[in-house]
Amino acid sequence: MADEIRQSMSRRDLFSLIGTLAGSAVMYEAMSSLAYAGESGYAGPPNLTGDVKGASVLILGSGMAGMTSAYELRKAGYKVQILEYQDRPGGRNWSLYGGDIYTELGGATQNIQFDKGLYLNPGPWRLPYHHYGMLHYCKLLNVALEPFVQVNYNAYVHSTKAFGGKPQRYRHVQADYQGYVAELLAKSTRLSALDQAVTKEDREILLESLRRWGALDKNYQYTLGEESSGRRGYESDPGGGLTSAPTPSQPIGLQEILQSGLWRSIAAGSGYETQQSLFQPVGGMGMVGKAFGAELKEVIQYNSKVIDIHQDAGGVTVTYQDTLKGGPPRQAKADWCICTIPVSILSQIPINVGAPMQAAIDNLPYSPSVKVGLQFKRRFWEEDENIYGGITYTDQPNSTIGYPNSGYFSSGKGVLLGAYTFGPAAFEFTAMSPQERIAKCLEYGVKIHPQYIEEFDTGASVAWHRVPWTLGCAGAWTEELRAQHYDALCAIDGKIVLAGEHCSRIPAWQEGAVLSALDAIRRLHQRVLAA
Amino acid sequence: MLRRVLASGLALCLASGAQAALAQGFGGGGYPQQTGEALYQGICQGCHMPDAKGAVGAGAYPALAGDKRLAAKAYPELVVVRGQKAMPAFGPSFSDAQVAAVVNYVRTHFGNTYTDSVTVEDVKALRAAVAGK
Repeated sequence: MADEIRQSMSRRDLFSLIGTLAGSAVMYEAMSSLAYAGESGYAGPPNLTGDVKGASVLILGSGMAGMTSAYELRKAGYKVQILEYQDRPGGRNWSLYGGDIYTELGGATQNIQFDKGLYLNPGPWRLPYHHYGMLHYCKLLNVALEPFVQVNYNAYVHSTKAFGGKPQRYRHVQADYQGYVAELLAKSTRLSALDQAVTKEDREILLESLRRWGALDKNYQYTLGEESSGRRGYESDPGGGLTSAPTPSQPIGLQEILQSGLWRSIAAGSGYETQQSLFQPVGGMGMVGKAFGAELKEVIQYNSKVIDIHQDAGGVTVTYQDTLKGGPPRQAKADWCICTIPVSILSQIPINVGAPMQAAIDNLPYSPSVKVGLQFKRRFWEEDENIYGGITYTDQPNSTIGYPNSGYFSSGKGVLLGAYTFGPAAFEFTAMSPQERIAKCLEYGVKIHPQYIEEFDTGASVAWHRVPWTLGCAGAWTEELRAQHYDALCAIDGKIVLAGEHCSRIPAWQEGAVLSALDAIRRLHQRVLAA
Repeated sequence: MLRRVLASGLALCLASGAQAALAQGFGGGGYPQQTGEALYQGICQGCHMPDAKGAVGAGAYPALAGDKRLAAKAYPELVVVRGQKAMPAFGPSFSDAQVAAVVNYVRTHFGNTYTDSVTVEDVKALRAAVAGK
């Protein structure tokens, strides 16, 4: 019965019918069972009600965690103040624009020369559709979002050791890999090799699904023809009038595909955090931090370097230096403290917390990451290669070439992400000067885009271990470290609680910072009400 | 890259389970550099800086130039292998020879003039001690 209904009605009609017949509780249950209204980690904006009795909270750091905390606590009636080391809000939520000056540890200074409207997001650059906290605050702060393209079928996958080093279109490798897998599975199915796993009835269904999924022909083969070209594209596309007949394209051989290793890159858009839809703020990721900072401008004190955090029965006293005006150290006091300083730095600041939290602070290493932005005189990837946004993957140390997901078809300059690295390659990029990083990116990139040489204009790089206010990209948790230290890191210690991506199960993502802040302030609020 | 992947596999085989797990946090991987100088310039100077004088921002990277804590050779050896605070462990991605080479390089440059050197056997023993802890 249900199957018949589903075949003849849309899902929406079905829900509507169930709702009408049986009331909304049944409808919710039906929707949940079809995964339309499941639970998420984000419980909505916190509703901190009750008398906070004039309590004050000192927040250290104006990144996403600090500003989320300040915004919600202020709304609930707390007196809030933020101390921020930098002269801007946002923390790792950051974009570099033309006219910006960035000095990394060691003193190398970059005068960013990007054209107006062009930018590099040194840190986060995308917002998954299920990062509800981030999306909530973007909406609340009127930060305009636009699509972030993760998968571009016309971008490249590249290996220096396959196809003579010639980059391959993602589309070709993806379609061919999937086609051959489907063909092999169909062959096994027809040879009854899967009879134990698949019933006789399901066998026919499986075969039909493999034909569709893999673009197989009527003989269940992935081969040159209409079907495969319908996925991988044609040698010459179908056209109009008298020159309209298409020429199908020749699939790459199975062995070549397997040995190329390029299949490693084709699942990049399948992960929960990288599947469509993804978003980016119009004008750069840093727009979120800017908007949040404007909202909280009365409570953020910039250029404040925290040098001591002390708590006692009366509250928390934070000693800091004004890095702009100098002078003797100053102090700020409050009943409570939310500290969002990365533990890479907090582990160097005296703080009187219990041994378990101190051990947690002292035992979390920070992972490396480097991003390089390259400005070119024209958008050759669009003009010459029809690549509009998305990502090319390479086995070279730069790892990634990210194409801008905005300003399509504009005739001016464009900024590419020329490198986005983790692991050993990121440490090696960090050890270079900014000029060397750009030179390396050009050397790698030219193997994919020969236009690099002619069209390069200017560049900028950020190596996260050389960023003065983080000393690394993000907390590098392992299962073992989490088992030992995570709970202690997140627990309220007297009057102090920590927040930030390092206090989350989604490290390095801004959503982790937001969710950790919301969790911390809920617990803090309960303590205040109970006091 | 293949060389790197192979090197990383080798390093992971040598490392303890805990170290291997930690390495995964950084994406694993190994380093092609073999001499102390190449290792220092290719990796360490990212934080400790080309002149080994460290750097100061909101936090600081310690100077290795003229660093008295380098007097006991086991100390830098341990820090490289196991990491310290925010400094990641390089034990999982360095071979014993690479650990020895970079420690010996730092202890004989940047105003450091220690004459005793770290051997591959020292590093092996240290790894065993760390793993057995």
